[in-house]
Amino acid sequence: MSLRLQARKLACERDDRWLFRDLDLDIHAGEIVRVEGPNGSGKTTLLKILSGQLADFQGELYWNDHPMRRTRQDFLANLLYLGHSPGVKAALTPLENLAWYQALAGEPDDEAARFAALAAVGLAGFEDLPAGQLSAGQQRRVALARLELIPRPLWVLDEPFTAIDREGVADLEARLVAHARRGGCVLVTTHHELADSPALRRVRLGQGADDAAF
Amino acid sequence: MWAFIHKLGSPKWFYAISARLQPWFWVAAAVLILVGSAWGLAFAPADYQQGNSFRIIYVHVPAAFLAQSIFVSMAVAGFIFMVWKIKIADMAAAMMAPLGAAMTFVALFSGAVWGVPTWGTWWMWDARLTSMLILLFLYFGVIALRGAFSSRDSASRAASVLAMVGVINIPIIKYSVDWWYTLHQPATFSVTSRPAMPMEMWAPLLIMVLGFYCFFIALTLMRTRSEILRRESSKRWVRELAGEVS
Amino acid sequence: MPHFDSRLAQEQGDMPLFREPEGGAGVAVRATLKRDLVLLMRRRSEVLNPLVFFALVITLFPIGISPDPELLAIIAPGLLWVAALLAALLSLDSLFRSDFDDGSLEQLLLAPQPLPALALAKVAVHWLLTGLPLALMAPLLGIMLSLPAGSYAVLALSLALGSASLSLIGAIGAALTVGLSRGGVLLSLLVLPLYIPVLIFGAGAVQAAILGDGVSAHLAILGALLAVALSLAPWAIAASLRISING
Repeated sequence: MSLRLQARKLACERDDRWLFRDLDLDIHAGEIVRVEGPNGSGKTTLLKILSGQLADFQGELYWNDHPMRRTRQDFLANLLYLGHSPGVKAALTPLENLAWYQALAGEPDDEAARFAALAAVGLAGFEDLPAGQLSAGQQRRVALARLELIPRPLWVLDEPFTAIDREGVADLEARLVAHARRGGCVLVTTHHELADSPALRRVRLGQGADDAAF
Repeated sequence: MWAFIHKLGSPKWFYAISARLQPWFWVAAAVLILVGSAWGLAFAPADYQQGNSFRIIYVHVPAAFLAQSIFVSMAVAGFIFMVWKIKIADMAAAMMAPLGAAMTFVALFSGAVWGVPTWGTWWMWDARLTSMLILLFLYFGVIALRGAFSSRDSASRAASVLAMVGVINIPIIKYSVDWWYTLHQPATFSVTSRPAMPMEMWAPLLIMVLGFYCFFIALTLMRTRSEILRRESSKRWVRELAGEVS
Repeated sequence: MPHFDSRLAQEQGDMPLFREPEGGAGVAVRATLKRDLVLLMRRRSEVLNPLVFFALVITLFPIGISPDPELLAIIAPGLLWVAALLAALLSLDSLFRSDFDDGSLEQLLLAPQPLPALALAKVAVHWLLTGLPLALMAPLLGIMLSLPAGSYAVLALSLALGSASLSLIGAIGAALTVGLSRGGVLLSLLVLPLYIPVLIFGAGAVQAAILGDGVSAHLAILGALLAVALSLAPWAIAASLRISING
């Protein structure tokens, strides 16, 4: 069974203004889809709709050709979402943060995997410090460690490059490409220009959102 | 069936049908309230115990009925909005809330006025009045919550949830307040739980209650209609109505 | 930083491409319980503040009314219950607030686990570190208000039972207002009217104990209220959280 996220005739109205209308999307395994558009064009809203967080929209979503309403649980079990805020508790250490995410995702409790995931994002040696003492970029890396830790085919990432240094950006970008190559699928908004790759597709929002489909 | 419900939920259709219904309810409300007031205030016999002061019942009881019914209608509308996403239901709920709060206030105020000849004081922690007071706070909560959100959709859904939570709690609150009252004031005369009234007294009361309900329906229809125009002001059919587009 | 591609080679192909939803709700609930307990134990002032507030409010009454022990004994059950209720209310606003601010709340909502169960876990921690300590502390303050002997155990028990309902009902309000910047006052407005039945039967239980009447009926009703709250509130909390995240 392959992976497919579809949106048909998606439209979202926010207080009497259309953010986008008649948006058709078809996202397959092995693709990186970059959602583009100026500020306020509804990028975050689109990602929230596509990750099943917002119910206030028109149109239909399909996950593997089934209506989302009926496969929501199944969809969530395949999704990894990183939002604007990293979702990292300042009073907990990176290890404790990841332990909660591991349990929340229904993964087996595996401390070695948590250490490995933190090492992979360059946080070796910071595992036991309260996350509040880490820099903003490091906190973001704690969140990114979930990409290592929790194997999920569909990644929905809202501005994942925020606060990350240049080396980290290159690393993350390589990780996205690798994920797509492995058969995963990435949906991302970012102001950072991604290097062209055969997997990369762009969706443009804003400026007469009516014809934003591709 | 489904098609019918969705048609009913379409603002345009509702706007048209309510235009035809509204005048009837206004007329009915006016006639019933006039007849009921005249009968109740002038022709019904005076109470053997309370004299003429009992006549405040003709305002107090209908207002209290309406206060409770409106909260229930608000919760039902909220439920319809949450389950079937019918926006008309939410508009109606939003328009009902202030009227319900006003009716609760009328019931409280008339109860307090009634308290002066009956108890010799403006306020007693009577079971009925206490429940009404709590109901007023519940109304304030729903209205304040709706006003607190910047996104209208979130406001609607939050107010719907709160109305539903409130409506589950109303019987519990009522029961516990009654229990609390009997515990603290055993065997006191309560103004509203009375022995059976003769027909000449309750017939005008019934008419008043019906009149108040008609008034509620008429006013809700009217306010919902203007809310439709406000929320749908960018839609084509509203602009056509306003003569902006031919 | 270890180079990414080296890890890739060994991982290639071993990622399960399509996952069936897993069970594990119990694991997630346990992890959430543990996480919230750890969090609150690290911010102990949040646990202590309601207790101090409780003691402070109880101190105000003899000063404001009269130090007369006989008068205080009469109003003590109600005072203790009202003050405990307000103290529990005080801590409600932070129930979901920090999770909302740092983005953990949206992750909680996206977990492939039943949200009502996760919300219930958070409420349970709130009760364990607010309601229960308040219940245990109340007899101590009862002494200061010359609460008649024989009602101390009932006071603690009724507060322990009642505050669980308060936490559950209050969590609905907290969930509804978590997305609002000035949710605190609004939260009290929403929640306090709903607290009244619990207050009536809670304070009633203590009064019945003082009068020497049977308290089992009161406690049974408090238990029934808790049962209703337990069966309905988690769903209302879950729905409210989804609304707040939307806003």
